[in-house]
Amino acid sequence: MNEAPLHIVLSFSDWLSLFGHYLLLSLMSIGGAISTTTEMHRYLVVEHQWLTQEQFNNAIAIAQAAPGPNVLFVALMGWNVGLNAGSYTLALAGVAVTMLGILIPSTTLTYLAARWGHRNRELLGVRAFKQGMAPVVVGLMFSVGVILASSNNHPARDWPLWLLSGVAGLLIWRTRIHLLWLLAAGAVIGWFV
Amino acid sequence: MTSDIAHPRPTSLLDLFVSFTLLALQGFGGVLAVVQRELVERKKWLTPEEFVEDWAVAQIMPGPNVVNLSLMIGDRYFGLRGAMAALAGMLCLPLLVVLALAVLYAQYGSHPGVAGALRGMAAVAAGMIAATGLKLASALHAHPLPRWQTGLIAALCVGFVLVLRLPLAYTLLILGGVGYTLTYRRLKGGAT
Repeated sequence: MNEAPLHIVLSFSDWLSLFGHYLLLSLMSIGGAISTTTEMHRYLVVEHQWLTQEQFNNAIAIAQAAPGPNVLFVALMGWNVGLNAGSYTLALAGVAVTMLGILIPSTTLTYLAARWGHRNRELLGVRAFKQGMAPVVVGLMFSVGVILASSNNHPARDWPLWLLSGVAGLLIWRTRIHLLWLLAAGAVIGWFV
Repeated sequence: MTSDIAHPRPTSLLDLFVSFTLLALQGFGGVLAVVQRELVERKKWLTPEEFVEDWAVAQIMPGPNVVNLSLMIGDRYFGLRGAMAALAGMLCLPLLVVLALAVLYAQYGSHPGVAGALRGMAAVAAGMIAATGLKLASALHAHPLPRWQTGLIAALCVGFVLVLRLPLAYTLLILGGVGYTLTYRRLKGGAT
């Protein structure tokens, strides 16, 4: 199993370059790491050919389906780069390099900004910012759900999935049913549909 | 409004770590909906208003927004150590799960049932996130701006993203700017 589809050799400076690249991507990732995927694709698949197109796509799909923050797709890319380089040890190194790279700059910045904002929470500007953004946040959340649902884009074939999204949304909006029941139902329905 | 009124809070760093681990493990296709359900509705560590305000900051800063949100909430209660505990909870176990899944996927990914189950779960997750947006609209009731203005901004946001397909940065800049300016003038004018 896990016969790597690609055999690459990574030097120390390659690892350093990978780390540096993810540090930069972190600073650009406003709206989440997923918004920098096109740049990751250019770097990993096109420029360096450290990942195959299929590995790249699967990393995103698996992380979407798995529990936890979507940013973990970054870890899977690092994992696959390491596997391609030849071993599970290198795969773990890949996870560490990419995840630390994508997280350190953004978390540090957010931490400092949130502290500053909390200390100055009585300032008019800070209150206006947080409250003024609120309606935008609400609108965005709704839109993201619709975008995710519409990734099933063949109406004739995918209408059961649309229906499933709609019913799940309605149940969550109107009842206090536990989310895991709905996910389990989704998995069962998906298996047979 | 943003006062530290007495509402329930995490009892310890371990409580933070465990709570965020459980949150993350329930979050298929995105954790944000689960954060809202668990921390706002069940544990009541945050009011809906606080949640929306914190999320505005988490969203505007670079980085994954649930990761940003977890570290802000952890920091609020236990400082830097709390931020670390929440962050670790959000990432450690889910990371192991996702790696295990990748290894399994390499073996069973081609089974049509597996692919279908994944699609079904993703569809539920999509509905879940849209519903969370609808629920959070209740946080706008206590907003300083009149209802029709917040409603209009939220509706425009949906239009910008879904119909015009504007990049997120423009949407945030334009509508965030409008929201900020209106709210600023309102707060300055009225002694609310």
